[in-house]
Amino acid sequence: MTETFTDDHAGRGDSAPGDERLDGSGVAQGVLGYLLGLILAAGLTAASFYVAASHLIWHPGIPAALVALAVAQMGVHLVFFLHITTGPESTNNVLALAFGVLIVFLLLAGTMFIMSSLTHTTMPLDQVMSMQR
Amino acid sequence: MTTTEIGAVPYDPYNLGRGQPDLSPGHGAGGPASKRVIVAYGFWIFLLSDIILFSAFFASYAVLSGQTAGGPSGREIFDLRNVGVETACLLLSSFTCGMSALAAGARNKPAFHAALLVTFALGAVFLTLELREFAGLVAAGNGPQRSAFLSAFFALVGCHGLHVTAGMLWLLTMIAQVFAKGFRADMLRRVLCFNLFWHALDIIWVAVFTVVYLLGAGP
Repeated sequence: MTETFTDDHAGRGDSAPGDERLDGSGVAQGVLGYLLGLILAAGLTAASFYVAASHLIWHPGIPAALVALAVAQMGVHLVFFLHITTGPESTNNVLALAFGVLIVFLLLAGTMFIMSSLTHTTMPLDQVMSMQR
Repeated sequence: MTTTEIGAVPYDPYNLGRGQPDLSPGHGAGGPASKRVIVAYGFWIFLLSDIILFSAFFASYAVLSGQTAGGPSGREIFDLRNVGVETACLLLSSFTCGMSALAAGARNKPAFHAALLVTFALGAVFLTLELREFAGLVAAGNGPQRSAFLSAFFALVGCHGLHVTAGMLWLLTMIAQVFAKGFRADMLRRVLCFNLFWHALDIIWVAVFTVVYLLGAGP
């Protein structure tokens, strides 16, 4: 094994979540990244508020549109503010995030499914009381 | 079979095939990862567990949001203009918080303190608006004891507000510590963790204003 590392990335290791790897002119590039994130997030927020208040979207489709916009904005925050990337130096951060998202999904979907199922299959309390009389 | 040169190393710049001894820190042959990576990763795990805590509040809100017990529904009590101003404050504070991280990276104390003070001011405006909304609801008899919907509402939005309050106290601590001790390595790690915390709060607020306010006040 006498190969030498010629690639920049090979010896750099993992990056901390929140840390940005800037090549070239550091601060200006960093400000540009945050500014881009701010503009994108503000646009998505404005779109959410507009969609909720207007008749732009078919009425029953508004909740789905709002959720889609919110997920997009969370993605913008993750990429531009928290600097979670898809690069190999960020693998650990992305895996932890994916596990967190899985648990959040199980908790939300599980709770809502179980509670709505209970609502539909359980006899209302006043009927139970009248049966016991 | 293709004819490959014996001993030729395939092009693998990220060493995904682990064909070469990995000399990057935290990958075995490279020794332990830097303390900055370890601290921030641990704090990242904490933040994800905090988000799971919030998801439990969101789940209970989703289940209880229709149980108004004869009291007001979200459409009657939510003021979307107020929520819009709150959202703008938090979003701008996330941006100024990012500026403070860049200032810390450039070891620029005045810029760091200015960015954090603006962040604090925006957070204070957010909290003031939220407390005014809560006080108005309680004064109108729509406090958390009015209905299951309002209990879940106050628990979820109040929990986020408590996090913002804690974040603002942490922010003041960061200002004081950097002022007194300068940009030491341990201070920079704390600044990084604070940044993660503040940005995560903004992500949770995106879910709050969508699920609670826009979906609640909408159709």
